[in-house]
Amino acid sequence: MSMKASSRKVDGVAIVDLSGRITLGEGSVVLRDTVKELSSKGEKKILLNLGDVTYIDSSGIGELVSAFTSVRNAGGELKLLNLTKKVHDLLQITKLYTVFDVQEDEASAIQAFNR
Amino acid sequence: MNATRISYTLDSTLASVNKAEQAATEVATKSGFDEDECGRIGMAVREATVNAVLHGNKYDAGKRVTVSFETTPEAMTVSVRDEGMGLDPTGLPNPLAPENLLKQSGRGIFLIRAFMDEVRFRSLQPGTEIMMIKHVRGHDRGSS
Repeated sequence: MSMKASSRKVDGVAIVDLSGRITLGEGSVVLRDTVKELSSKGEKKILLNLGDVTYIDSSGIGELVSAFTSVRNAGGELKLLNLTKKVHDLLQITKLYTVFDVQEDEASAIQAFNR
Repeated sequence: MNATRISYTLDSTLASVNKAEQAATEVATKSGFDEDECGRIGMAVREATVNAVLHGNKYDAGKRVTVSFETTPEAMTVSVRDEGMGLDPTGLPNPLAPENLLKQSGRGIFLIRAFMDEVRFRSLQPGTEIMMIKHVRGHDRGSS
C-alpha cells in the first residue's frame, strides 16, 4: 500500500492526514513534498496525523526528522498526532520520542499550537 | 537438524527491498513468530536490503542482491549479500548520540541490531554479507 496525504486547516493549524507506509521511495517523497508545499505557502503550524500510517522504516523516520528540522528552521512548529504502537515504539527505540512533540488528540494538539 | 532453506537473487532496485521484506515476513510467520516479531524481522531484512541496494550495489543494474533464509525449530537466520565495495560496521556513527539525533539517515543498522538477536558482518570481496539471527522463544542462547 502506498502512502496518501491530504491537508486541511483547523484554527490556523495545517493538519496533514497521512495513511499507508512511509518508506524509502514513494512514501518518503509524498511526505517531503507535502510538508515542503505547506511551508512554501507560509504555514508555520503543521500537525502530522499518523493514525493511519501502518509502517515506517528508517528512511521514513529520517523524513519525519527532516520535516521537523526544516519547519523549525523556517520559524514554524511541527507536531505529531495519533501514533500507532509500532510507530511509537520506533520513536522510543531511536530516542526521537522526546524530540518530537507527540499529541494524542486533535483538539489538544491544536491548543498546544495556539498556547 | 531439521532446516529449511530458501534463497532469492534480486535486482538492485527498490522493488527488491519490498520483495525481501515480504518474503521475510512470510518465512517468519511460517516459523511461528508472533505478529510483532514478524514485523521486526521484516523491518530488519528491509533495512539490510536497502543497505545492499543503495550503499552496497548503488542501484547498479549489473549487480545482484542475494537474500537467503534458513529456518530451524530453534531460529530463523537471514543472510543479505551485495556485490559492492564493502562496509566497515565499526565505523558507523551512533544514531542515539545527541549530535546525530536529528540526522536524516544512519538508523538502518541500529534498527537491525535492535530487532534481531545476533547480527554479523562478513566481507566477501567484493561485497558484504550481513547475517541476522532471530531465536524462536524458548531457544534463546543460554536459555535452559
